[in-house]
Amino acid sequence: MKIMIPTPLRQYADKKDAVEVNAGTVAEALSGLTSRHPELRQHLYTDDGRLRAFVNVYLNDEDIRYLSKEQTLVKDGDTLSIVPSIAGGIG
Amino acid sequence: MLRIAQPEFNALRAHGEETYPHECCGVLLGRMEDEERQVVETVRCGNTRADRPQDRYNIDPHELVRIQRQGRERGLDIVGFYHSHPDHPARWSQTDLAEAHWIGCSYIITSVEQGRAVTTNSFALLGSGEEDKRFEDEQVEVVSEKVLVREFEEE
Repeated sequence: MKIMIPTPLRQYADKKDAVEVNAGTVAEALSGLTSRHPELRQHLYTDDGRLRAFVNVYLNDEDIRYLSKEQTLVKDGDTLSIVPSIAGGIG
Repeated sequence: MLRIAQPEFNALRAHGEETYPHECCGVLLGRMEDEERQVVETVRCGNTRADRPQDRYNIDPHELVRIQRQGRERGLDIVGFYHSHPDHPARWSQTDLAEAHWIGCSYIITSVEQGRAVTTNSFALLGSGEEDKRFEDEQVEVVSEKVLVREFEEE
Protein backbone atom coordinates (compact mmCIF):
# COMPACT_ATOMS: atom_id res chain seq x y z
CA MET A 1 0.00 0.00 0.00
CA LYS A 2 0.98 3.59 -0.43
CA ILE A 3 1.51 6.24 2.27
CA MET A 4 1.28 9.84 1.11
CA ILE A 5 3.79 12.14 2.80
CA PRO A 6 2.74 15.79 3.25
CA THR A 7 5.21 18.49 2.17
CA PRO A 8 6.52 19.39 5.67
CA LEU A 9 7.49 15.79 6.45
CA ARG A 10 9.22 14.93 3.19
CA GLN A 11 12.54 16.24 4.45
CA TYR A 12 12.49 13.34 6.92
CA ALA A 13 11.57 10.79 4.23
CA ASP A 14 14.36 11.29 1.69
CA LYS A 15 12.20 13.96 0.02
CA LYS A 16 9.72 11.33 -1.16
CA ASP A 17 6.07 12.29 -1.62
CA ALA A 18 4.92 8.70 -1.19
CA VAL A 19 6.29 5.52 0.35
CA GLU A 20 5.19 1.94 -0.43
CA VAL A 21 4.89 -0.46 2.51
CA ASN A 22 3.55 -3.95 3.12
CA ALA A 23 1.13 -3.97 6.03
CA GLY A 24 -2.03 -5.55 7.38
CA THR A 25 -3.10 -2.67 9.61
CA VAL A 26 -2.63 1.10 9.78
CA ALA A 27 -0.32 0.60 12.78
CA GLU A 28 1.88 -1.77 10.79
CA ALA A 29 1.94 0.62 7.86
CA LEU A 30 3.04 3.55 10.03
CA SER A 31 5.54 1.34 11.81
CA GLY A 32 6.98 0.29 8.46
CA LEU A 33 7.23 3.93 7.47
CA THR A 34 8.97 5.08 10.64
CA SER A 35 11.37 2.16 10.75
CA ARG A 36 12.49 3.07 7.24
CA HIS A 37 12.56 6.79 8.06
CA PRO A 38 13.17 7.02 11.84
CA GLU A 39 13.25 10.83 11.91
CA LEU A 40 9.53 10.84 11.09
CA ARG A 41 8.67 9.21 14.39
CA GLN A 42 9.05 12.31 16.58
CA HIS A 43 6.95 14.34 14.16
CA LEU A 44 4.09 11.83 14.13
CA TYR A 45 4.10 10.52 17.69
CA THR A 46 4.24 11.95 21.20
CA ASP A 47 6.90 10.74 23.66
CA ASP A 48 4.46 8.16 25.01
CA GLY A 49 3.91 6.71 21.55
CA ARG A 50 0.53 8.14 20.64
CA LEU A 51 -0.23 9.83 17.34
CA ARG A 52 0.02 13.59 17.85
CA ALA A 53 -3.42 15.19 18.13
CA PHE A 54 -2.93 17.40 15.09
CA VAL A 55 -1.88 14.49 12.85
CA ASN A 56 -4.85 13.26 10.84
CA VAL A 57 -4.54 9.88 9.15
CA TYR A 58 -6.91 8.98 6.35
CA LEU A 59 -7.32 5.53 4.83
CA ASN A 60 -8.41 6.40 1.30
CA ASP A 61 -11.22 8.88 2.12
CA GLU A 62 -11.94 7.82 5.70
CA ASP A 63 -10.53 9.27 8.92
CA ILE A 64 -9.10 6.30 10.84
CA ARG A 65 -10.55 7.80 14.05
CA TYR A 66 -13.97 6.76 12.71
CA LEU A 67 -12.79 3.32 11.62
CA SER A 68 -10.79 1.14 14.02
CA LYS A 69 -8.09 3.76 14.53
CA GLU A 70 -4.60 2.29 14.17
CA GLN A 71 -6.00 -1.25 14.23
CA THR A 72 -7.90 -0.57 10.99
CA LEU A 73 -7.22 -3.28 8.42
CA VAL A 74 -5.55 -2.27 5.17
CA LYS A 75 -4.99 -4.05 1.87
CA ASP A 76 -2.89 -3.69 -1.25
CA GLY A 77 -4.02 -0.76 -3.34
CA ASP A 78 -5.11 1.30 -0.32
CA THR A 79 -3.72 4.78 0.20
CA LEU A 80 -2.91 6.19 3.61
CA SER A 81 -2.68 9.99 3.81
CA ILE A 82 -0.95 11.82 6.64
CA VAL A 83 -2.43 15.30 6.93
CA PRO A 84 -1.48 17.71 9.73
CA SER A 85 -4.40 19.94 10.70
CA ILE A 86 -4.92 23.50 9.45
CA ALA A 87 -6.51 25.98 11.81
CA GLY A 88 -6.01 29.32 13.50
CA GLY A 89 -7.66 32.60 14.22
CA ILE A 90 -7.47 36.00 15.78
CA GLY A 91 -6.12 36.43 19.30
CA MET B 1 10.02 34.11 -0.29
CA LEU B 2 6.63 33.51 -1.85
CA ARG B 3 5.86 34.04 -5.51
CA ILE B 4 2.21 34.00 -6.48
CA ALA B 5 0.38 34.48 -9.74
CA GLN B 6 -1.61 37.72 -9.86
CA PRO B 7 -5.04 36.12 -10.47
CA GLU B 8 -4.55 33.81 -7.50
CA PHE B 9 -3.44 36.68 -5.28
CA ASN B 10 -6.57 38.59 -6.29
CA ALA B 11 -8.71 35.49 -5.71
CA LEU B 12 -7.61 34.90 -2.12
CA ARG B 13 -8.21 38.57 -1.25
CA ALA B 14 -11.66 38.45 -2.88
CA HIS B 15 -12.44 35.32 -0.88
CA GLY B 16 -11.86 37.24 2.36
CA GLU B 17 -14.22 39.97 1.21
CA GLU B 18 -16.92 37.46 0.28
CA THR B 19 -16.90 35.68 3.63
CA TYR B 20 -16.63 38.88 5.71
CA PRO B 21 -17.33 39.23 8.63
CA HIS B 22 -16.23 35.60 8.85
CA GLU B 23 -12.76 34.23 8.26
CA CYS B 24 -12.06 32.59 4.92
CA CYS B 25 -9.47 29.88 4.37
CA GLY B 26 -7.86 27.97 1.56
CA VAL B 27 -4.87 26.08 0.25
CA LEU B 28 -1.93 27.23 -1.87
CA LEU B 29 -0.84 24.74 -4.54
CA GLY B 30 2.43 25.05 -6.37
CA ARG B 31 6.05 24.11 -6.03
CA MET B 32 8.62 24.39 -3.29
CA GLU B 33 12.27 25.00 -4.00
CA ASP B 34 14.56 25.50 -1.02
CA GLU B 35 13.47 28.79 0.54
CA GLU B 36 11.06 29.76 -2.22
CA ARG B 37 7.47 28.73 -2.66
CA GLN B 38 5.65 29.32 -5.94
CA VAL B 39 1.88 29.42 -5.92
CA VAL B 40 0.17 28.65 -9.20
CA GLU B 41 -3.28 27.89 -7.83
CA THR B 42 -5.37 28.69 -4.78
CA VAL B 43 -8.14 26.35 -3.65
CA ARG B 44 -11.01 27.71 -1.59
CA CYS B 45 -12.03 25.71 1.45
CA GLY B 46 -14.96 25.94 3.80
CA ASN B 47 -14.41 27.21 7.35
CA THR B 48 -15.63 24.42 9.61
CA ARG B 49 -15.56 26.60 12.75
CA ALA B 50 -19.29 27.32 12.62
CA ASP B 51 -19.22 28.08 16.35
CA ARG B 52 -17.08 31.23 15.96
CA PRO B 53 -16.27 31.85 12.27
CA GLN B 54 -15.62 35.54 12.92
CA ASP B 55 -12.30 34.82 14.65
CA ARG B 56 -11.43 31.16 14.03
CA TYR B 57 -10.88 28.96 11.03
CA ASN B 58 -10.38 25.27 10.44
CA ILE B 59 -10.09 23.30 7.22
CA ASP B 60 -11.71 19.87 7.11
CA PRO B 61 -8.78 17.41 6.81
CA HIS B 62 -10.80 15.36 4.36
CA GLU B 63 -10.79 18.39 2.08
CA LEU B 64 -7.00 18.57 2.46
CA VAL B 65 -6.65 14.91 1.53
CA ARG B 66 -8.66 15.53 -1.63
CA ILE B 67 -6.72 18.68 -2.54
CA GLN B 68 -3.38 16.98 -1.88
CA ARG B 69 -4.39 14.07 -4.13
CA GLN B 70 -5.77 16.23 -6.94
CA GLY B 71 -2.75 18.53 -6.81
CA ARG B 72 -0.32 15.64 -6.97
CA GLU B 73 -2.04 14.29 -10.08
CA ARG B 74 -1.12 17.57 -11.75
CA GLY B 75 2.39 17.85 -10.33
CA LEU B 76 1.42 20.43 -7.69
CA ASP B 77 2.16 20.27 -3.98
CA ILE B 78 0.56 21.99 -1.01
CA VAL B 79 3.00 24.84 -0.34
CA GLY B 80 0.89 26.85 2.09
CA PHE B 81 -2.45 28.16 3.22
CA TYR B 82 -4.33 31.42 3.44
CA HIS B 83 -6.94 32.90 5.72
CA SER B 84 -8.41 36.29 6.56
CA HIS B 85 -8.56 38.42 9.69
CA PRO B 86 -11.86 40.34 9.64
CA ASP B 87 -11.30 43.81 11.15
CA HIS B 88 -7.90 42.79 12.52
CA PRO B 89 -4.35 43.34 11.26
CA ALA B 90 -2.70 40.99 8.79
CA ARG B 91 -0.34 39.65 11.45
CA TRP B 92 -0.17 36.14 12.83
CA SER B 93 -1.69 35.54 16.24
CA GLN B 94 -0.67 33.17 19.01
CA THR B 95 -3.58 30.97 17.94
CA ASP B 96 -2.27 30.94 14.38
CA LEU B 97 1.16 29.81 15.57
CA ALA B 98 -0.14 27.23 18.03
CA GLU B 99 -2.32 25.67 15.32
CA ALA B 100 0.29 25.79 12.53
CA HIS B 101 1.98 22.48 11.83
CA TRP B 102 3.08 22.61 8.19
CA ILE B 103 6.70 23.58 8.77
CA GLY B 104 8.36 24.91 5.63
CA CYS B 105 5.05 26.19 4.25
CA SER B 106 3.67 29.70 3.83
CA TYR B 107 0.73 31.10 5.76
CA ILE B 108 -0.87 34.10 4.05
CA ILE B 109 -3.08 36.43 6.09
CA THR B 110 -5.27 39.20 4.64
CA SER B 111 -6.82 41.88 6.80
CA VAL B 112 -10.37 42.66 5.75
CA GLU B 113 -11.71 45.94 7.12
CA GLN B 114 -15.40 46.70 6.82
CA GLY B 115 -15.67 44.14 4.05
CA ARG B 116 -12.67 45.30 2.00
CA ALA B 117 -9.37 43.45 1.71
CA VAL B 118 -6.61 45.81 2.83
CA THR B 119 -3.24 44.22 3.60
CA THR B 120 -1.95 40.80 2.62
CA ASN B 121 1.15 39.44 4.34
CA SER B 122 2.84 36.06 4.25
CA PHE B 123 4.68 34.24 6.99
CA ALA B 124 6.92 31.23 6.58
CA LEU B 125 6.58 28.59 9.29
CA LEU B 126 10.15 27.62 10.16
CA GLY B 127 11.87 25.40 12.72
CA SER B 128 12.73 21.76 13.18
CA GLY B 129 9.55 20.72 14.98
CA GLU B 130 6.71 21.68 17.32
CA GLU B 131 9.13 22.76 20.06
CA ASP B 132 10.94 25.49 18.13
CA LYS B 133 8.54 26.40 15.32
CA ARG B 134 8.18 30.08 14.54
CA PHE B 135 6.71 32.41 11.94
CA GLU B 136 9.00 34.68 9.97
CA ASP B 137 7.88 37.51 7.71
CA GLU B 138 8.47 36.65 4.11
CA GLN B 139 8.54 38.70 0.95
CA VAL B 140 5.59 38.26 -1.39
CA GLU B 141 6.22 38.71 -5.07
CA VAL B 142 3.10 38.90 -7.20
CA VAL B 143 3.89 37.92 -10.77
CA SER B 144 1.93 37.44 -13.95
CA GLU B 145 0.40 34.02 -14.40
CA LYS B 146 2.33 33.52 -17.63
CA VAL B 147 5.69 33.84 -15.85
CA LEU B 148 4.92 31.04 -13.39
CA VAL B 149 3.34 28.77 -16.00
CA ARG B 150 6.33 29.24 -18.31
CA GLU B 151 8.81 28.46 -15.51
CA PHE B 152 6.71 25.45 -14.55
CA GLU B 153 6.70 24.05 -18.07
CA GLU B 154 10.42 24.61 -18.54
CA GLU B 155 11.31 22.29 -15.65
